[in-house]
Amino acid sequence: MKRVYVKEEWCLGCRLCEYWCVYSGSGEKNFPFAFDKGATPPAGIQVEEVGPVHFAVNCRHCDDPLCLKGCISGALSRDGYGAIRIDKTKCVGCHTCIALCPYGCIVSGGDNMPIKKCQLCAGRDYTPQCVSHCPNEAIVFEEE
Amino acid sequence: MKKVSTDTRYVIIGNGVASIGAIEAIRKNDKTGSITVLADEKYPCYGRPLISYYLEGMTTRDKMDYRPAGFYAANNVKLVLGSPADRIDAVSRKVWCGDSEYAYDRLLIATGSSPVVPPTAGYEDVKRKYTFNKLDDALELEKVTDGTTRVLIIGAGLTGLKAAEGLYPRVKEITVVDMAPRVLPAVMDDESSGIIRSYLENKGIRFFLSDSVEKYCDGYALLKSGAEVDFDVLVTAVGVRPNTRLAESIGCVTERMTESGRPFRGIVVGDDQQTTVADVYAAGDCTLSYDVTIKNTRPLFIQPNAYMQGETAGTYMSGGSREKREYLPVNAGGFLGLHVITAGAYDGEPITVRDGGSFHRFFIKDNRLRGFIQIGEYSRVGILTDLIRREADLEGVDLASLVRHPNLAALGMDYVHSVLGKEGA
Repeated sequence: MKRVYVKEEWCLGCRLCEYWCVYSGSGEKNFPFAFDKGATPPAGIQVEEVGPVHFAVNCRHCDDPLCLKGCISGALSRDGYGAIRIDKTKCVGCHTCIALCPYGCIVSGGDNMPIKKCQLCAGRDYTPQCVSHCPNEAIVFEEE
Repeated sequence: MKKVSTDTRYVIIGNGVASIGAIEAIRKNDKTGSITVLADEKYPCYGRPLISYYLEGMTTRDKMDYRPAGFYAANNVKLVLGSPADRIDAVSRKVWCGDSEYAYDRLLIATGSSPVVPPTAGYEDVKRKYTFNKLDDALELEKVTDGTTRVLIIGAGLTGLKAAEGLYPRVKEITVVDMAPRVLPAVMDDESSGIIRSYLENKGIRFFLSDSVEKYCDGYALLKSGAEVDFDVLVTAVGVRPNTRLAESIGCVTERMTESGRPFRGIVVGDDQQTTVADVYAAGDCTLSYDVTIKNTRPLFIQPNAYMQGETAGTYMSGGSREKREYLPVNAGGFLGLHVITAGAYDGEPITVRDGGSFHRFFIKDNRLRGFIQIGEYSRVGILTDLIRREADLEGVDLASLVRHPNLAALGMDYVHSVLGKEGA
């Protein structure tokens, strides 16, 4: 399947990917509206830094997804594109998936709110916004 | 892969998530064999831990089903509801539910666990008494509680406190009694437990710890300490025991003696989830799980394990194989707005980080992370769970960074490349 990969040698650490990710998940048409209610990153992607090196981390949509297998409500599932998706109407925000994800790629949505994670921008025709808006082409969407 | 004939008959006793894991795994290998699920409850599989969220109004009945409508049909599963298995004959390979007979080639026992109700004087005469493990418990509690109800909960473990949370917005008063000196005794140390207790006390929940019920009287409970607690509804949540009767009846080994001389009860299984009886597998709460933090088996009543064990069982039942799974205790959940995640064992040197109102404690032994307790705000703690599971050497790891905010960079760039690169995940 196609996954999002990061080329750390090109990552500037600008964190634009994090903002585009919030926008993507918001479902809003216009970019600024996504932040009207005070939404802030991280959502499905987050930039880490170590010394001068930066790199973005997002869901691996693992072959053995512990988040999905540990979910208490059945809110997580894999779609036809291979993306691990969250059904926001089923998630109760218990955070078992946060406790299990080995890469720390699931983010709390707040008390009793559904979690947030990368869905490969399923709602944007599977065009990951972090990839298409990375100014330095440091994030790519490729087959393994 | 072992060859499995195309008409293999799979029978699964139990319809919790272990059963779902098994169905999904079997169907990956075997599209044609027949699968029959014998469920004692009258509902398709639902997320059991959701019952507190249901009472609290955080989910609805139609959102609790663990898989979408049509799941059983799509997987060609015959689901027999309200039909608890009562007998197995492992020689003729048959299971009975009353007069109905089901022949199997591979059997999965996923009978779960049942609440323990300690014998207490006067208990039988308590009119409105419940346990808190199944949907019917929640549906009954929903009926019998209102804004005037005073609830007494026996047990301050995860189940007792989740019951308290679920009932909190519905009832007038909640009192929790536990023999242990602290709340969440199995997953918290003294200090972290104190934080949870204070938080819940500030919400109006009353605790009697290091105490127990001497006797239930008319409308009140008399505690060993001499205190009297008035109540209208009683919820007993002191723990569960694995349902091993059926497995025992066919000669499965259903306990392991520990060094302390006290047996751990639960069906003994191999890495393939097969019991000591050929072609009979077991998964979930009814089994003993291999806990990587103690390097031995023990009861681990947590839902993620149930699914994964069911999946492993289903894989082997249908002729497949998989890498051995490492289990460990992991618990996550909120208590009236205070969120908690714990994992592993607490036998190492503690490192504590306090950050605003949040509390993070890590246990390190032999340069390895053994366990952690997170209360309040936290992020990316699965990175830590994974370190415990892998028993990763912390040599070269930026521990100071890791305990502030778990991150992959702290584990070194070689590790980052191994998991984020194309060879990873």
